[in-house]
Amino acid sequence: MRALRETPRHSATAPATSGGDKVAHPVQTHIFNKISPTGHFLAPCGIYLWQSDPIYGRTPHESPLNPMATPDAKPAPSGLIPVALAILLFVWFAQFAPRIASGEVIRAGFDWAPSLGVSLTFTLDGLSLIMALLITGIGALIHLYARDYMAGHPQFNRFALYLTAFMLAMLGVVTADNLMALFVFWELTTVTSYLLIGFDHDSANSRRSALQGMLVTGAGGLCLLAAFILIGEVAGTYAISQIPDGALKNSLFYTPITILVLLGAFTKSAQFPFHFWLPNAMAAPTPVSAYLHSATMVKAGVYLMARLHGDLGGSGLWIWTLTLAGGFTAVFASVLALRQTDLKTALAYTTLMALGTITLLLAAPVPYALTGAIAFLVVHSLYKAALFLVAGLVDHGTGTRDVTLLSGLGRKMPFTALGATLAALSMAGLPPMIGWIGKEVIYAGGLKTPMPLLVIGAALAANALMVAVAYLFAIRPFWVGKTRAPHAPHEGRWTMWIAPVVMGLTGLGLGIYPHALQQLVDPAVVAIYGGEAKAAGLHIWAGLGMPFYLSLATFTLGALIILAAKPLSGLIAALSRRLPVFDAGWDSFLRGLKAFAAWQTGVIQPGKISLYFAATFSVMVVAIGLPLVLMLDFGPLIRLPDLNPVLMLISILIVAGTGLVLRTRERITAIAGLGTVGIGISLIFILFSAPDVAITQLLVETLVVVLFAVAALRLPQVRDMTPALPRVVALPIALGMGAVVSLVTLAVTATPFDAHLTDWFAAHAYPDGHGLNIVNVILVDFRALDTMGEITVVMVAAASAYALLKGLRRTKGSPE
Amino acid sequence: MEVVLALLAGLMVAAAVYLMLWGDMMRFLFGLMLMSNAVNLVIFASGRLTPGQPPLLGAGGKLPETAMANALPQALILTALVIGFGLFAFALVLALRAHHSFGHLEMNDMRAAEPVAKSADPQE
Repeated sequence: MRALRETPRHSATAPATSGGDKVAHPVQTHIFNKISPTGHFLAPCGIYLWQSDPIYGRTPHESPLNPMATPDAKPAPSGLIPVALAILLFVWFAQFAPRIASGEVIRAGFDWAPSLGVSLTFTLDGLSLIMALLITGIGALIHLYARDYMAGHPQFNRFALYLTAFMLAMLGVVTADNLMALFVFWELTTVTSYLLIGFDHDSANSRRSALQGMLVTGAGGLCLLAAFILIGEVAGTYAISQIPDGALKNSLFYTPITILVLLGAFTKSAQFPFHFWLPNAMAAPTPVSAYLHSATMVKAGVYLMARLHGDLGGSGLWIWTLTLAGGFTAVFASVLALRQTDLKTALAYTTLMALGTITLLLAAPVPYALTGAIAFLVVHSLYKAALFLVAGLVDHGTGTRDVTLLSGLGRKMPFTALGATLAALSMAGLPPMIGWIGKEVIYAGGLKTPMPLLVIGAALAANALMVAVAYLFAIRPFWVGKTRAPHAPHEGRWTMWIAPVVMGLTGLGLGIYPHALQQLVDPAVVAIYGGEAKAAGLHIWAGLGMPFYLSLATFTLGALIILAAKPLSGLIAALSRRLPVFDAGWDSFLRGLKAFAAWQTGVIQPGKISLYFAATFSVMVVAIGLPLVLMLDFGPLIRLPDLNPVLMLISILIVAGTGLVLRTRERITAIAGLGTVGIGISLIFILFSAPDVAITQLLVETLVVVLFAVAALRLPQVRDMTPALPRVVALPIALGMGAVVSLVTLAVTATPFDAHLTDWFAAHAYPDGHGLNIVNVILVDFRALDTMGEITVVMVAAASAYALLKGLRRTKGSPE
Repeated sequence: MEVVLALLAGLMVAAAVYLMLWGDMMRFLFGLMLMSNAVNLVIFASGRLTPGQPPLLGAGGKLPETAMANALPQALILTALVIGFGLFAFALVLALRAHHSFGHLEMNDMRAAEPVAKSADPQE
């Protein structure tokens, strides 16, 4: 499972230039300009990248958007707008907290597409409120951080816009009550996260990661759409709050709905086997990773499972799928996290672990376990966002994220270290952090599930590994050993370190005063479980009991893993080399898809126009002919024609002309045949009182014959070639088309004639158009715009013909 | 009488489609011509046929004693005729140009827009 693919820029041999020098190496600039038309804007980022390699002598894993690119750049003032927006939203949501805590559910909305049963209704209950507060609260801090992190980036405004759009889409997901609205917001998060992950669009790695994330979560989104439509059909409503109790569980479609919903949720929340896109998504700038991995995106899947828990949960299918997928993802991901050396990659794997744990706890319909899921969701969002931001600060302050190169940073980066430590303590689940309470509740809830051994086993293993990861990645680099870093470490601006510190302190505050969280967890559990659910109490000291002993076991096991980290890491590396590589599997899947598409295109679109004609005509024959044959009453169609002798003679003329065109190989004969047909038709017009049309027809026919005769001098004889399609194919299609045209005409003329329009034109031609020839009045008066269009068409045809002919003459004169 | 026109139009369309499927640009042009004429017949027939009474009003806009022919399809056909002519003229010039560029009129071998794929994956 190689999460990080080296970008081509990293692997290239870098020219040696002096560090800190802002003059770009000419070759690099040249390459950048070649890569993108906006290359010169991005060149400053590139200078940094190219210079960093010789300093560290290895792939440094920096984000290509590292702010050190322009050390003196001032953060853009425009970056404060999203910060203010997020804070406003946070405050706005927070003022609902007392009402929500008292058990109220707030709804608002309006009709969107009433005919489809789609309305833009929003619900704010405990679950939505917790999510909304996390999204806006963490969002505000991340926007503040990003403003500095991306300072001087030429496309900062674009970045801030994407991030804001992402935040709003995520808010929509967690508050929408209508499934279709939820789906739209869901897909919006997919699209905006694509833009964010691929923000550094000059890097092939970024583009690949962004596309991978979008395709995986987008495919899940399609499953979700199918599931939502099924739910709408079964429940008779798209409003989540109005789905009748048990309507889905007792339905025949329960199994497909559940499988489709879980596919959507698992892809979004990166559960095994769809986990591979998430570590790659760290190609995004660090603030984005922090946001994506903590409060947003991946939490959307978890949120959906929680939201639909009451309607879909409780069955064997639900319990087993979630337990197995969640448990496996949690353990598997934390094992892989241990072997990483890059801070960001390690954190990415621990996100998988956290998502796995939450999924595991959402499996059983046990209020205790659900409490654990919600509490851990909050715990994880707080520490994970903080740690990602710390990773960015370390990267910023030292020039690397490789923990093997870092130690004793605490003295030089005290605030970053404080944030990191608080977050790490919460991650390890040590008292008095909220993480401790979260862990206790997980164990308490796990013991009450139908499969306590499995759940507790997975949770224990994952938590112990988290203790180790927290120590190795967030404690040791700061507090152990002498200060060591490739670059003299320095602290970031306060607007950057404030974010992890605030998040860490929030974790501490909630740990000491869990009542605040309890107020929201209670209604959240009610929202998930429904009815009389009683959430577990969150207490810093829950007394001596099984959860407490399990916590002790977790710490012991964690300490043992820390002691054995080195050999373990080697072992894991050796093991994981034997495992199938999902990332490479993805590549071959895409290759296969492309090859299939190419093959299919070759079949459907072979480039032979005869086949296209055949397909078009066949479709017309079937699409028009089949309903005609099935629905038409043939009785009135079979009428004996009045045997008008003149019409018979004209018909013979036309049939003979048509036959001549069909049979002949002589150009002149064919043209004569066509002329015969044309004259026959103008005779019909004369016979049936259409003198104007007849005159025009004769005129056009004459012109056609003349033009054709002139052109034919330059064209070869009608060749005696074999038809492109065998007669057995071409003949039925041709006869079918003929039959369809005849049938349609017969069917139309058999219906009673509606003279409404005709009479209107006759009555209005003189008073309104002052003309006695009704046809003329229609053309130049009532439908003058049509006539104008017709003239335009002829003009365009003439101009195009002229252009083509002009080219003809010129090339003819050339020596070629 | 509409029945006769319906059958004539069907016959002409069948002939036109057969010519178009041949794969020869010259025959395609013949087919195009036949098809435009056939379609005009269909429009004409669907407005019903009235012999001997053109849609002309008497002095002062007086309606004639007997029922007039339907004026609306005639107006439509007039438009269609002119546009059909424009289309035919352009197609004819296109044929000239194609013959000049390719040296033949076999439509299936004109592959400038969709060249024969060389590898399985056209992107590589």
